[in-house]
Amino acid sequence: MTSTRRRAGWLPLALFVVAAAWPMIAEMSGNPFWTVLASRMLIFAIAAISLDLILGYGAMVSFGQAGAVGIGAYSVGIAASHGLNEGLIVLPLAVLASGLFSLVTGFVAVRTRGVYFIMITLAFGQMIYFTATSLSAYGGDDGLTVWSRSTIFGSGILEDERVFYAFVLILLAAVWVLARLLVASPFGKVITAARQNEARVESLGFDIFAHRLAIYTISGAIAGLAGGLLANHAEFVSPAYMNWQRSGELIVMVVLGGMGTLFGPIAGALAYLGLEHVLAGFWQHWRIILGPLLILVVLRAPGGLGSFIKTRRT
Amino acid sequence: MSPTLKVEGLRKAYGGLVVSDGIDLEVRPGEIHALIGPNGAGKTTLVSEIAGAVTPDAGRVFLEGRDITGLPPHERARLGLARSFQITAVLPRFTVLENVTIAIQGLECRRFRFLPAPALETGWCERASAIIESVGLGRRVDTLAGSLSHGEKRMLEMAIVLARAPRLLLADEPMAGAGGEETAALVALLERLKGTVPVLLIEHDMDAVFALADRISVLVYGRIIASGTAAEIRANPEVQAAYLGSDEGLVA
Repeated sequence: MTSTRRRAGWLPLALFVVAAAWPMIAEMSGNPFWTVLASRMLIFAIAAISLDLILGYGAMVSFGQAGAVGIGAYSVGIAASHGLNEGLIVLPLAVLASGLFSLVTGFVAVRTRGVYFIMITLAFGQMIYFTATSLSAYGGDDGLTVWSRSTIFGSGILEDERVFYAFVLILLAAVWVLARLLVASPFGKVITAARQNEARVESLGFDIFAHRLAIYTISGAIAGLAGGLLANHAEFVSPAYMNWQRSGELIVMVVLGGMGTLFGPIAGALAYLGLEHVLAGFWQHWRIILGPLLILVVLRAPGGLGSFIKTRRT
Repeated sequence: MSPTLKVEGLRKAYGGLVVSDGIDLEVRPGEIHALIGPNGAGKTTLVSEIAGAVTPDAGRVFLEGRDITGLPPHERARLGLARSFQITAVLPRFTVLENVTIAIQGLECRRFRFLPAPALETGWCERASAIIESVGLGRRVDTLAGSLSHGEKRMLEMAIVLARAPRLLLADEPMAGAGGEETAALVALLERLKGTVPVLLIEHDMDAVFALADRISVLVYGRIIASGTAAEIRANPEVQAAYLGSDEGLVA
């Protein structure tokens, strides 16, 4: 166990170095588009980490995570349509809006368990989806074009795909580090303990509802960051971001990569979007191939892709 | 001396089945009060009502004079009420050490700590280690609780409860399923608590009950039919008839 831990220690760092060099690799190989694709993967990795916090650690299967992502995206889109473009304002705004949404919906959702939790998060997610489709002032069904990317201290450096990629990569690294600290903290221990036996944890004096609501809110806030970045990446926001199928894709990424590992979901997001990109290039019905591949992974490696890399207890 | 735990007129029915039928009960400071009764008498329901996991239809529960009837389980726990579970409820994917450490955390750390607190946690771990040592699980600190033997889980359950420095201990069949040696260890452990921590002990092992209990109450079909010292309970004909069976008697 110690040796696998030690090996796992340098792996994220090595991958980070490769990731940092990625735009260079893309350009040298004559495929600058790879950088754009990779930015998208990293943004979804942030969203997948956010979902893993509640799904992997809290056993809360949310089918509404895309709703939180979408609120983040719309926050940036709507602010931009009113001429507010400063990233240092609109991205925190996206985080706040999604966090607030999760806090309010979580107040109801977090009281439920299992299938009821799935249904309630699904309902809230779809509620946001239909709200967005009826926002005619902001494009309704057709979505909303974001005419320019967020500025950083008034400068438009994020328009450069390589700078944008680096920006996303740094945020992903930050989110990953913070999420790791969070799950290792006394607070995180209560979350993982409650998953094992609620009555016991309650009998130790912990307010499980408050803990679960807190992690649900944090998860939503991080998803909002992913959404804000997504709006910038696509320079477009649309209700399709919030559809429950999007939430399903996020669950697939987390499960594919390995629940409750934080690192696995990053791998899952990369693998899922990578496969989507490659397979969709061959055949429009690429999901027919993707489905069996997923089943294979779940059967052969129940711990997800991450289980090939390292073993974790909790 | 005012009682540590006072239960007044507790009533609970599931449909037509009355599981608590006007229960009055007191646990006095420092005493071990055993609650015995046949299966299905409503013992675990009573414990759950006292712990707050089950809401009674009527009646009140007082802890050290304070009415706790309306409080949720975690708030009762914060007031010093500790519960050991009949069905072992250790956290299987935590180590023995983590199981006890989180019990101390629940006692010491009231607000959320979103970041690791190494200094604090080291202190908790040291105290947890000492408690684990004292129940004889010293060699198993780093073992996952899920892979302990049944008897060891029972000892861990007690270690978790002890770590809470309880004002009142609700021990729901702490010896259930434990072997002879482990039962002896658990009896010794409860004996050590005697005089310091008041205990409401629910137990089927009559040898253990008569060895430990200062007072015994007998619960049958949701009613306390007798309450008194071991000798009084042994001599009570109603208890013999209703619960222990006249032929077996109370040979302890």
